[in-house]
Parts: sequence; C-alpha cells; structure tokens
Amino acid sequence: MTSRLSAITLNTFREAVRDRVLYNLVLFVLLLVASAPVISQISIGMEKLMLVNLGLSSISLFGVIIAIFVGIGLVSKEIEKKTLYTILSRPVRRWEFIAGKYLGLLLTLVVNAVLMTVGFYLALLVFTHGLHQADGMLLVAIYFIILQFMMMVAITLLFSTFSTPIFSAIFAFSLFVIGTFGNDLRNFAAMSHGATMWLATAAAYIMPNFASLNVISQVAHEQSVGAQLVLFNTLYALLYSVAVTAAAVLIFERRNLK
Amino acid sequence: MHALEIQGLAKDYAVGFWKKTSRTALKSLHLNITQGETFGFLGPNGAGKTTTLKLLMGIIFPTSGTATILGRDIGDPEVKRKVGFLPEQPYFYDYLSAPELLDYYARLSGMAAGARQKRIEELLERVGLRDVGNKQLRKFSKGMLQRVGIAQAIIHDPEIVFLDEPMSGLDPVGRHDVRELIQQLKDQGKTIFFSTHILSDAEALCDRVGIIHKGELRGVGVVNDFRSSVADKTEVIWLGAGVLAAVTELVSDTHTTGDTVRGTVQSADLDRLLEKLRQQRARLISVTPINRTLEDYFLAQTRENEEEKEAVRS
Repeated sequence: MTSRLSAITLNTFREAVRDRVLYNLVLFVLLLVASAPVISQISIGMEKLMLVNLGLSSISLFGVIIAIFVGIGLVSKEIEKKTLYTILSRPVRRWEFIAGKYLGLLLTLVVNAVLMTVGFYLALLVFTHGLHQADGMLLVAIYFIILQFMMMVAITLLFSTFSTPIFSAIFAFSLFVIGTFGNDLRNFAAMSHGATMWLATAAAYIMPNFASLNVISQVAHEQSVGAQLVLFNTLYALLYSVAVTAAAVLIFERRNLK
Repeated sequence: MHALEIQGLAKDYAVGFWKKTSRTALKSLHLNITQGETFGFLGPNGAGKTTTLKLLMGIIFPTSGTATILGRDIGDPEVKRKVGFLPEQPYFYDYLSAPELLDYYARLSGMAAGARQKRIEELLERVGLRDVGNKQLRKFSKGMLQRVGIAQAIIHDPEIVFLDEPMSGLDPVGRHDVRELIQQLKDQGKTIFFSTHILSDAEALCDRVGIIHKGELRGVGVVNDFRSSVADKTEVIWLGAGVLAAVTELVSDTHTTGDTVRGTVQSADLDRLLEKLRQQRARLISVTPINRTLEDYFLAQTRENEEEKEAVRS
C-alpha cells in the first residue's frame, strides 16, 4: 500500500514540477524585487509591516491559485486522457489513487511554500538588516497557510472527481471566497433566528473557514499567536481535509470511468 | 481452473439529461477462457469489446453478472497482480520518459526495487526501444507509444494479458512487430485476450475467437472450425451452356458467359454434379473448393443480425 501511495504521490509531484508549476517562484521573487522601491519609500517601521503583508499574502495566494488550477485536473484529466485505465488495471485501490493525488499536490504546495519562505526571509533580512526573535512568529502564519492548502487541495480534488475542470474551478474559487469570510458567516448565523439560523449555522459548518487560519495581520504587527489556536486550527484543517477527501473517495469509488 | 470465467456480465448505461433512458452496451455475456489460450474478441466498432475489457479491469462496474480471473473475482484488486492490460490507443504521462513510466507501473504492480531496473532494461530491449534514453513520451511516435504500451502491460510478468485493439492505427511494420510480440507472449504460455476488428490478426494468432456484435456474443469457436463449417461449397466451371437445364437442381449462383458456365454446388452434391456433366459430355474447366475465411463468417454473423432487424421492422 505505502509503495503504491508513494508512487502516485511522487508522480503527481513530478508532473507538477515538469509542468513548470514551480515557475511561479520566479514571479514571487520578481514581485518582491519590484516592490522594493515602493517599500523603501515608506517610513521606518512601516516597511516591515508592508513586506510581511505582501510576502505572506503572496505565499497564500500563489498556493491557492496552484491548488485550484492543478487540483481541478487531478482526477478529471486522468479520466479524460484515459491514463487512469492503466492505473486501475493494477492492484491499486481507488482510495489509494485519490489519497496519492492529494498528497502529491500537497507536497508540491509545501515545497513551493518552503522555497517562498526562504525567499521571504532573505527579503526580510535585506530590508530590515537582520532578523529578530519575533520574526519566528511569521512561521506560524506560514504553517496556517499550509493548513489552508490542505483544505483547498481536498476541496478541488472533491470537485475534480465528478465535475468538469471549468466548473470545478468556479466551485473551488467560490468556496475559497466564502471561506475567507468564514467568521462573518458564523456571526451572521449567531445573529439570525429560526430557519435562517439553522441554515446559516449548517452552512458555516460545511463551508471552510479560512478566516481563522489567517493571522497575517496579527504577526505583521508582531503579536503572538496562542498555542491553543495552533492546536485548534491544526485539528480543524485535518478533520475538514479528511472529511472532504473521504467524500471524494466515496464518489470516485462508485464512478464508472467512461 | 479457467483463466477467465465470465458469467452473465452485462452493462447498461443511463443516458439522456434525466438519465431515464437505458442503453445496453453489453448483453449478458458468458465466456470461458482456458489458461495458455490466445482468444480473439472480434467485433465491429461499437460492438461492446472495449466495454467488456473495461468491466474486467474494474474501470466501469457491471449492471449484472460476475467474472473471475484466475479464480478470483474481478472486484478483488489483488488479482491485478497477475493481469496486464493495454488500452485502446493508449495515452501515457507524456512528461515521463519510457524507463520512468515503466518504473512507475512496476511500483504500482508491487515489484521490488531490485527487480525493476533489470526488467525495464530487458523489456525496452524486447520492444525495440533500447535507445530511447530519457526522451519524454510526448516526443514518441504512435508506433513507439504502442510498444511502450505493451511493455507496461507485461512489466510485472502477468499470467494473463488483455489487449484492446493492439494493432489499431499502426503502419504495416508496426503491426508486424506487435504481432511478433504477441506471438512471443503466446510462446511463453501466457493467456492472451485481445480485442480486434482486424480479422487477419485474429486468424494468425488466435486459438479461439468470439464474435460480438451490438453488445451480444454471436459465436465462439476455434478459427479452423469456423473455416470448415463454412467451407462446404465448391465452385465448378464447365463448357456447355446447353447442359445447364439438366443440372439446375444441383447448382446455384450460376453465371453464363458465352458457352462457359460458372456455378456453385454444395460439396455433398459435387460427385453427382460431376457425374451428370460427364453424362452430358460437358467439358470440365475447373473444380475449386470455396475456402471461406473468418472474415466471411464474421460478416455472415454481423449481417444476419442486420437482416433479422430489417425483417422485424418490415
């Protein structure tokens, strides 16, 4: 099992690398370099705030874009090109294929995020002439971004098992936007009454909540992030990803691949 | 134990916007293949050949019926360790090189790391792709891809190999090479189940064939039996149009050109016809058994069906 799972994971990662997905790193570096003149014009103290916001938001956004645009084709492309025929004619369980695809894209995003983080810290070093103890907290924000990737990959993979790439992209992007305002949805549910409250509460639980994973502003202002939040967010992202991936497996297990 | 045992395998697809209409792709199929046999699954395009193979490979699920491969249910993934499959017009991960692709499939088939490298080199040599190096598959010709396809199907040394239209779209050289590869597998004692609509390939390679048309198995048998069952007529040509009236009850399909008559006689009636021609002093030109091919049988089976339908309609 582990051999098949790792084979599918590594092949998915290899496909992303050879499809030049990691070229977005060049764009990221260009963005940081191009923003340098703007940041340097801003008064002392603000430039670090700007850089942290820009850097971390970029790591998040680039990753989400990759998760959506690679994720939507993870299964549908294999069905369309019939490469799945030669996979399923081997002792590969359908759930192993889904899990391998999930881990492969997540690995791509983690590697991408790690490389971006290195670039980001280098930029920080150049702009602020040294790193400080509080800068370690930035890693918590990046960890949360990776948790967000875990959830986004599961979501796009779910849509990829039953929908066309275009619809999958629309659905996944919509959920990303809704999830970004996840706290607002919960507040709305708390203020509602009757059937609206039930519906809003159900929606709040079903929809991903990316708002609680976004601590960029907090760490940019050098505020610490509580251990409890780290634990809760980790559990939430894990459970949500497992549930959505399980739904993808359930659909895929029953699907006739024409 | 049969290598393949199919019992009432059927597949219906729900079609239309509301999925309320049913379209039958395969009608209750019963078929047994013995170990070491090369079986040709023949039929025109859209007959149900690929549907059958997809069902056996677990790519689609049957509406009813069961099948076992080497004694194990087709739903059991473990049986696939002993199964090789080449889909029709295969498409592979084109960002990989041939050795990378084969290594990937070998891993999925559960081959140990030590055995993989040696087997990949051996297979690339065998399918004539020893010198491709690390060239990505996107740069491969169709014939080369088909060779890679066969290599991936047998990378794990399976006991039974399913090939869907293995010669389709290949040039004569490519077809010859693929035919050779199948012959090698046959010589090794592998069970081979291959679908094709190219009948000469089936005649050359198969021990038995089955003919499927419109999702229904129309006949199964040994290739030579098909030949003998239809080679029961003889064409006779003689000089002497005047004697035709005397033998008219024995011959059919007669064509007269000047004084030359060409007619077909049931082989059982041949002696009587020749005797009568001698009595009438007709000059015999030739006596030729009509050696019909698998193609004739195939056409007869598929046309019969059309004619039956026509009769029902009218």
